[in-house]
Amino acid sequence: MPFDVYLNVAVGGILTGLVYGLMALGLSVIFGVVRVVNFAHGEMMSIAMFLAVVCFSTFHLDPLIMLVPIAAVLFAFGYVLQSSLINPFITRPEHSQFLLLVALAIIIVNVLLIVFGPDARSVQTAYALDSFQFGPLIVDATKLYAGIDAIVVAALLFAFFRFTSIGKAIRACADNYTGALVVGLNVNRLYALAFGIGAACVGAAGVMMTLIVDVTPLIGPTYTLLAFVIVITGGLGSMLGALVGGVLIGLTEALAGLLFTPSAKSMFAFGILVLVLLFRPQGLLGKRAA
Amino acid sequence: MMAAGTMGIVAHLTDGVSARTLAWLAALLALLLAAPWIVNDYLVTVLILILYLAYTGQAWNIMMGFAGQLSLGHAIYVGLAGYIAASLFIRFGIDPWLGFLAALPVAAACGAIIGFLAFRFGVTGVYFAILTIAFAEFARIGFGHLGIVNAAAGLFLPVAQYTHNDPWRLRGDPTMFYYVMLAATVIAFILCRLLIKSRIGYFWLAIREDEEAARAAGIDAFRYKMYAIVISAAVTSFAGVFYAFFYNNLFPEQVFGISGSIQMILGPIIGGVGTLFGPILGAFVLTGLAESLNAALAAFGFDLPGAEQVFYGVCLLIVVVALPEGIWPWLAPRLGISERSQ
Amino acid sequence: MKQIDITRVHTRLDRRQLLAGTAAAVIAAPAIVRADTGPLKVGVLLPRSGFEAGIGQDCRRGVEIAPAIFKSLGLPELAIIDGDTESSVETARARAAKMISDGAQLLVGAFDSGQTLAIAQVAEQNGVPLVINIAAAPEITDQGYKFIFRNFPTAGMILSDAFDNQKQVFGLVGAVPKTVVFMHVNDTFGTAMSKGINFLMPKFNMPYSIADEIPYDPAAHDLSVEVAKAKASNPDALLLVSRLNDAMLITRELVKQRWTPQAILSMGPGWYEDQYFKTLGKLAEGPMTFAPWYDPNKKLSRTLEAALAKTYPGVNLNTNHVFTFEALLVAADAYKRAGTTDPKALADALRSTNITDNVSIGPGIQFNAKGQNDKVKNGAIQNRGDKTVVIAPQAAANAKPVWPLQPYQSRG
Repeated sequence: MPFDVYLNVAVGGILTGLVYGLMALGLSVIFGVVRVVNFAHGEMMSIAMFLAVVCFSTFHLDPLIMLVPIAAVLFAFGYVLQSSLINPFITRPEHSQFLLLVALAIIIVNVLLIVFGPDARSVQTAYALDSFQFGPLIVDATKLYAGIDAIVVAALLFAFFRFTSIGKAIRACADNYTGALVVGLNVNRLYALAFGIGAACVGAAGVMMTLIVDVTPLIGPTYTLLAFVIVITGGLGSMLGALVGGVLIGLTEALAGLLFTPSAKSMFAFGILVLVLLFRPQGLLGKRAA
Repeated sequence: MMAAGTMGIVAHLTDGVSARTLAWLAALLALLLAAPWIVNDYLVTVLILILYLAYTGQAWNIMMGFAGQLSLGHAIYVGLAGYIAASLFIRFGIDPWLGFLAALPVAAACGAIIGFLAFRFGVTGVYFAILTIAFAEFARIGFGHLGIVNAAAGLFLPVAQYTHNDPWRLRGDPTMFYYVMLAATVIAFILCRLLIKSRIGYFWLAIREDEEAARAAGIDAFRYKMYAIVISAAVTSFAGVFYAFFYNNLFPEQVFGISGSIQMILGPIIGGVGTLFGPILGAFVLTGLAESLNAALAAFGFDLPGAEQVFYGVCLLIVVVALPEGIWPWLAPRLGISERSQ
Repeated sequence: MKQIDITRVHTRLDRRQLLAGTAAAVIAAPAIVRADTGPLKVGVLLPRSGFEAGIGQDCRRGVEIAPAIFKSLGLPELAIIDGDTESSVETARARAAKMISDGAQLLVGAFDSGQTLAIAQVAEQNGVPLVINIAAAPEITDQGYKFIFRNFPTAGMILSDAFDNQKQVFGLVGAVPKTVVFMHVNDTFGTAMSKGINFLMPKFNMPYSIADEIPYDPAAHDLSVEVAKAKASNPDALLLVSRLNDAMLITRELVKQRWTPQAILSMGPGWYEDQYFKTLGKLAEGPMTFAPWYDPNKKLSRTLEAALAKTYPGVNLNTNHVFTFEALLVAADAYKRAGTTDPKALADALRSTNITDNVSIGPGIQFNAKGQNDKVKNGAIQNRGDKTVVIAPQAAANAKPVWPLQPYQSRG
């Protein structure tokens, strides 16, 4: 196969991987800070995706413009969800959390099915079918925009957690729950904030995803699983890890699809997951548990 | 001699169980035995579904409830066993019970591999759960490309006859399948009871409560966790054989898929993880809920695809929020039944 | 657009229906003693939620427009009981059992081969006829069942006709692709077609060879790698078995990767569906589909088209509507000839079905000893403007094929 095919596929894989990474970043915040196994992660993303579709089809608002508002809506959703429903489950065993979020996922998916119907929706912006050509390299325009946005949002998030006092407080909660209580931090509020931020991430990722894929109510579960694979591979508690994990998985799947049977390419992502779980459980960029 | 031995086992089983509990159990069993004569064919089909879920729920509960290991990829044992038994039947005409004897070791070995990899490398909690998902997905995609089982096109068992019941070949009308599943569920129930009361069960309890402390006390946690996963996998494998011969077709997506794994564990979680009766109660509640919702919506002339599932999800939510331990721990004392895991 | 229908009342026969049925019975044939008067209770099982929901709901449209047409044809009335298989084998089986318990005298369904087989077992065990609307797995009619009837081609039949029609089309346009890449979705239908191709293609002496076979994951939302792989082989045409979402994704990737093959030869759903046209506009022009279809020259087809246009303007007639409608047509016709709702008599009547005034391509609807309509023929259609035209076989054609595809980059 000629070299430019590999190049194009690899670049596409990296760009898509960046968006996956942003989605996983949301889970890293939720799982890393609040310690909740969010099995409704992909479903939350699908809410954002449908919002983007509705905004575009009804109000003709480009998803990239709606990025911030929709992320804000998801933030509110996540905040309310955490403080009202999920908070008591933080200390409960994983299977209880799992059931709670599975129930939520079922509700979300089927409400979306009732409201929007089963047909696939897409956002056909003017630039939806554009591509840039640089010699042998053909880059999908929407993927490029989505990838750049993912980096920007991740950078903003990183700055938030590093430099703002709230961000530092949230990290303190995550690192040392008791210590945070002792110091007098309002842990419940910080947990709700963290969940909200995680949801906002997933919302932003979802808006960008609508540029790349079509939305159906059932799109959630695939991405939930993918988010977990990426977070574990990249390393829990590391934001850069989530992005790196996303790129790694995106790239691996793309090249695997090219070199082997495309319908089996997910096996490689799971293979990487198993290897990471066994040999480097803290993930590629995660810190070893103290 | 046999009688004495049986009496001994029965005494051992019922040791510490109040007469009231036994009465309830006997009544339930009698009801279930008589069911096909009382209800119509549709309800027999529903009962088969309930017992299937109760059976797989009990098998899963051995790992989760007794040994505390969350498996979210349990469908892999169902799928492996189903495909093996079905393939042997299609290709060599081997009867399902012999096929089961061949499938059980394979499922157990699969459990052993997963357990070995996980426990040796210290993969626990959520990470263990994700690991089990990874293996199940591996199997799903793998079987979806395996030519000898027809890959994604599906494996179809020939349905030779249905006019008379042939339990040996698992061919017959729903009533026959019902009794097979009922027998399996009862045997699994007894097995769980024996396990809980045994030394293994005692060590499992210790590991579940605090693995570090158990290890400090000298319990070989690795060995007992391996027992849990291997036994759980072996018991689950029968469900795969049953599934293959009841539905007569197998698709990798359906049998290995994560929705199957999730369905399997909703029952025990709702009913009560770690309890003996929880999985059975959970199966009744969930299936009963789904079918009632369906009937209720139909009766009101409400034809909105997805509505039933929304109500279902809401009910699940209410139960898990209100009764975090499950329904059985809340219900049992009110029935005068005290179920102690010891 | 999704139609939310909260008003349908199923299981209860309302007084109006009962009176009408009784009146018809009394007027039509007073000498015949009927097992039951009134409409035939037909249970229709379709996947209306779950991952096949879109198709199930589309099939249902064929159910909705049937009653008025049957009335105008003088066919007896059917009381439809709706059932949702939820795209799951277990649910399909339970729903079928429930319908039979609730008194359904005939079943229709269920689009998905696995679910259909589960329903077939229940139907056969209870001696209730099942008329399959859509399901392509050959195994369903190879079981020796006596109560199962399928008016839809098997995967093998779809392929054979596809090859025949392709050769006709090549002849008509005077062009032949030398190499093709075969892309297919890795699900039940796609895999069955893939197996069939390897088995059947040598027998048909096709002028093209398959340069590469690319199966893709049904859950894939991004097909850029698969299309890149296909493009790398530089084939003359793309041979496809896909579904609606994949068809849209693949088309968009073709545009983004700046590659237009000479032809797109689809042997499954997706490329002719309304949403494909709506979403892609000018980019929808040109792909050919070789699949079961209606004969636009038949009278009943035109009636069906008109009825659909009235109830669902903007929805074009397609395979889902046609074959679901025909399944009900078969049921109503059998009921008329049997004169009774007794399932065994219905099954006998079904066996001797011979409807020449039908909708799908071919000589009509008859069933062989296995319960399979082995005479149904598949058509070749091409996307033209905002609808499809039939380009083969000649008897059913209403337009000439256009070759090659207009390059995507030069479309407005």
